[in-house]
Amino acid sequence: MQQMSRRLFLLRSAAVGGGLLLEVTLPKSAVAEAEQASTQAETSPEVTAWVLIRPDDTIIIRVARVEMGQGNFTGLPMLVAEELACDWSKVQAEYASTSEHLRRNRIFRTMLTGGSRSIRDSQEYLRTAGAAARLMLTTAAARRWSVPVTECVAENSLITHTPTQRQLSFGAVAAEAATLDIPEDPPLKDPAAWTLLGQPAERFDIPDKVTGKTAFAIDTRLPGMVYAAIAQCPVFGGSLKSVDAEKIAGMRGVVKVVPLEDAVVVVAKESWWNAQQAIRTLPIEWDFGSHAHVSSDSILEFLREGIRLEKAPVSRQEGDIDSAFASAATTIEADYYAPYLEHATMEPQNCTALYTDKRVDVWAPAQNSEATAAVTAETADVPVSRVEVHKVHLGGGFGRRGLHIEFVRQAVRIAKTMPGTPVQLIWSREEDIQHGRYRPVALVRMRAALNAAGEPTAWTVRQAEQSIFSEVRPHLIRDGVDIVGVRTFADAPYAFPNMHMEYAMRNTHVPPGPWRAVAHTHNPFFRESFIDELAHAAGQDPYQFRRALLQGSQASKDLAILDAVAEAAGWNSPLPEGVYRGIAVQDSYGSYTAAVIEASVSGTGELTIHRVVVGIDCGYVANPDSVRAQLEGSVVYGLTAALYGEITIKEGRVEQSNFHDYRMMRIAEMPTVEVILKPTGGFWGGVGEPGMAPLAPALCNALFAATGKRIRSLPLKNHALRPA
Amino acid sequence: MISLTVNGTEHSVDVSSDMRLLWVLRDILGLTGTKFGCGMSVCGACTVHLDGEPVRSCVMPVSIAAGKKITTIEGLSTDGSHPLQRAWIAHQVPQCGYCQTGMIMSAAALLKKKPQPTDTDINEAVTNICRCGTYTRIRAAIHTAAEKSGSNNGMKG
Repeated sequence: MQQMSRRLFLLRSAAVGGGLLLEVTLPKSAVAEAEQASTQAETSPEVTAWVLIRPDDTIIIRVARVEMGQGNFTGLPMLVAEELACDWSKVQAEYASTSEHLRRNRIFRTMLTGGSRSIRDSQEYLRTAGAAARLMLTTAAARRWSVPVTECVAENSLITHTPTQRQLSFGAVAAEAATLDIPEDPPLKDPAAWTLLGQPAERFDIPDKVTGKTAFAIDTRLPGMVYAAIAQCPVFGGSLKSVDAEKIAGMRGVVKVVPLEDAVVVVAKESWWNAQQAIRTLPIEWDFGSHAHVSSDSILEFLREGIRLEKAPVSRQEGDIDSAFASAATTIEADYYAPYLEHATMEPQNCTALYTDKRVDVWAPAQNSEATAAVTAETADVPVSRVEVHKVHLGGGFGRRGLHIEFVRQAVRIAKTMPGTPVQLIWSREEDIQHGRYRPVALVRMRAALNAAGEPTAWTVRQAEQSIFSEVRPHLIRDGVDIVGVRTFADAPYAFPNMHMEYAMRNTHVPPGPWRAVAHTHNPFFRESFIDELAHAAGQDPYQFRRALLQGSQASKDLAILDAVAEAAGWNSPLPEGVYRGIAVQDSYGSYTAAVIEASVSGTGELTIHRVVVGIDCGYVANPDSVRAQLEGSVVYGLTAALYGEITIKEGRVEQSNFHDYRMMRIAEMPTVEVILKPTGGFWGGVGEPGMAPLAPALCNALFAATGKRIRSLPLKNHALRPA
Repeated sequence: MISLTVNGTEHSVDVSSDMRLLWVLRDILGLTGTKFGCGMSVCGACTVHLDGEPVRSCVMPVSIAAGKKITTIEGLSTDGSHPLQRAWIAHQVPQCGYCQTGMIMSAAALLKKKPQPTDTDINEAVTNICRCGTYTRIRAAIHTAAEKSGSNNGMKG
């Protein structure tokens, strides 16, 4: 009975309809059972759950989140090591075990990686963990010497008794330290005293990534493993009608066909190639369901209806827009549009699962191993205490594999049909592009009023957008407003005296998901392009126009990063003939970013992006080189979307299928990229996503300067450009 | 049976002749450093060398590779000491890292032909896709590796 109730609990809390909760809390009974099942095989003295120190002074710092390219496998240990006062050259990072986390009552807090949160959300408890461990080690040394702990200092993995200059290494006292109570509130260093944080550190994960040694989930190799290929119903919401398994029965390696509700799987021996060849020839009949008539055009019309609605839920209201517009000297109105986008992680969706009567093991490129454990337990119908999710580096994440890990569910279902045999499910790139969780479509109408002096007096916004969270996170919908979807508008720092904003939720059958920067991909394009329109309507310089609107303490950090980037870019300096600048600013994920882009359009309409200057104030910085890398990467991810990114729908399904028709920027298209780090301290902002925000608008604003044409929909490949 | 020479070792594999080289490497020989990205020769994550030439192994029937010298990332160096691998670390190039072995193999083939490549050479030879956007560092690392190779005893990549 206990087992049943846990299963129901997990069903409710973690996995309904393919959507997962970020947080999974286990009932006490499950924890107790897990503790019984625990086999403590720890060989290194665990000073605290985060810090293990071997007698040879090797320091192991556990990482609960997952590395997907953003550098947290190094940045998170830096937070611990700074306070631990250890020798950084002796530090190794190691993933915290998912099952141990659950057994020990979620001792590693959260295993979720997303929302640009790894560093900023764990910095306090990780620095505290480091400080606690240092205090325990110091106390253990002091006891060994029978001296007051206040006479002992820890530095560089050595504890020194200052009066006598006696020394003990961390490794020598770690076992004793581990027996002490963990202090709850150890004092933390003043940031001014940091020696590790804020200095560039080489990443732990890189050496194995240049030799091919890194084993991503897709590289899992187990004895007797079989391979699975999948075909999912091309139309979202459709289902499998029938499949003629006989037709492939004689094909090389084929083991069996596994029908699922909305997909079919072929399992084959020897290689995934065999499974994929077989599924390509497998006759499949689908019931396309009720959405097979939907197209991008019909979706756009659905969004337009959202714009035309007389009323929609209000996301922001300040002042009196009616009188502002009544007395306006100039009124500007514009509609903006952004399409669906797919994440296209380089490592396709995949999962390896091994089901036995004792336990279920899973290897998956998932951004939350804790939720992966819950989904595995629920799918396999076993207690979560019998699940092990093996943590591996991800071949890209970008939000695709946090909330939505249907590939885990699929692999576990297949594995359960063949106990004792490991199964590796891999989605083809076509399945990946056509069965994503897409950055939602959005149509926005904005109006603004300028007075006779060219000063902005009013701003209205009507968003008609698909909500990412209405199904998977209903608590993020308040009075009809998706509070994440309205960011950039509802929290805009611009000092319009009168503002009115509305949000019309327009949900389609195309599954939405958090795509890198979520609302801060399309909304900044809309807002910052429109602000540019206002500047030109007012006959003002777009940079100075923004400066005037960013007055007051609430906007001081936006203003400061805008100034820093404009200065670094030489906003007022002359440019080569035919080259023009655009500028944009945005705060997101607790950080402040701005960009200046230089671009030109040739006589034949060819666009060249020459230079990107992008800056960030993320408060404190753990590893500055990782911050730089994230901004450099954001430039490519953001400009790829601006130039080429578009998922279109026809007959209810995605038209694009692979990188030939869902194009990516390549090295030949790279502009010069200059990253400006202006950390002002005092807060911890995110880094993985904020850099995305100002890119598309800065580029399109440069293109307006170059061509006189205002780009109000993306991607740019759909626009014919001509120099002005 | 098909005979293959991979990283200097001879293998005899019992697979269908149209099986793509990528899957022979990954699933039959266990050389997982070569990656599956697109399956249609567009992204370059599967790049290996065939008699020194960069090829996209995801579309190459294994029968074509028979009798030729195949080099994968595992065979580029035994200890990560290839000038490109060192430069990749010096510039902290990889982010997620999934595409990087293919990138390095493309760059290694380029350096063999052109020990001092220009930016244009790099643009033409390294057409692989990196979704994390490490291109700026890739370019810098290739130039660094070229300089190092040039200053050490004129070694050719």
